[in-house]
Amino acid sequence: MAPQLKVIGNVGPKKATGAVATGKYYPADDIKTPLKSRKAKKNAPKVRSSITPGTVLILLAGRFRGKRVVALKVLESGLVLVSGPYKVNGVPLRRVSPAYVIATSTKVDVSSVDVSSFTDAYFARAKSSEEEEFFAGDAPKPAIVSDERKADQKKVDAALLKAVESVPMLKAYLGAKFSLRNNDKPHKMIF
Amino acid sequence: MVFKRYVEVGRVVLINYGPDAGKLATIIDIVDQNKCLVDGPTNLTGVTRQVIPYGRIALTDLTVKISRNSRQKTLTAAWTEADIQAKWDASSWAKKLSSKKKRAALSDFGRFKVMVARKQKSSIISKKMAEISA
Repeated sequence: MAPQLKVIGNVGPKKATGAVATGKYYPADDIKTPLKSRKAKKNAPKVRSSITPGTVLILLAGRFRGKRVVALKVLESGLVLVSGPYKVNGVPLRRVSPAYVIATSTKVDVSSVDVSSFTDAYFARAKSSEEEEFFAGDAPKPAIVSDERKADQKKVDAALLKAVESVPMLKAYLGAKFSLRNNDKPHKMIF
Repeated sequence: MVFKRYVEVGRVVLINYGPDAGKLATIIDIVDQNKCLVDGPTNLTGVTRQVIPYGRIALTDLTVKISRNSRQKTLTAAWTEADIQAKWDASSWAKKLSSKKKRAALSDFGRFKVMVARKQKSSIISKKMAEISA
């Protein structure tokens, strides 16, 4: 950082306290400028330009690998909010990392879908005390889907399904899983 | 084995390799046993007049009536008179090339639609076959 140059004399606007329009005045003591903050600044998440609201994505990893899914929104953490729609392929409203996804060139019109209420906080896991977890052991816990999630899923999918059904064959496409077959050359395939 | 397509002045060729790959051209003159002089004509096919080895070209069935080393103007006139572009586009060779290009440029959704169409076609055929053989 270059040091601030102090201006002596009549150049530029006056920063002095009680700026009086007297020409030759400059303050006797230095004007304190605050030190530059070393806190990391949070910028808007940078996600590939191919991933926009409405893009059909192919999930490559995780529980739903191979499923074709509609991207709804890029969240603040950089994860992408995605929905099957649930009725079509079983993928609920979910966050997905853009690194484990192929963005296809197929776009769905999701302007009528309202996803403004979904943020990273909505998906945060409920805090259970350490003792409870310790005593429960390693048995798989049954997945309980809250009624709130079910209601939100219904709401979002109602609008999303309409957009999907307006394009011929898109519903069947989203219901089908992606896989590589013999003679497929992924480096030459256009998605 | 009888040859049907000859290297001759006026033979329309398809360039297989190099910066002009995939384009049509006509043989204007023959240099020696390995290479020939070829011209688009430039305004119709985009191939400029150049010497090209036979290994880089494929002979087509079409020929144009021109004399050796004709000017581009006469070549263009002969091409439009013989309507070479239309005859080429109607050939199954050209159709196969264009469908290959289309298939390579398909998106994932496009490939899905092709798969569904092939399944429908095969189901129609197999139903008919079952009818006939029953």
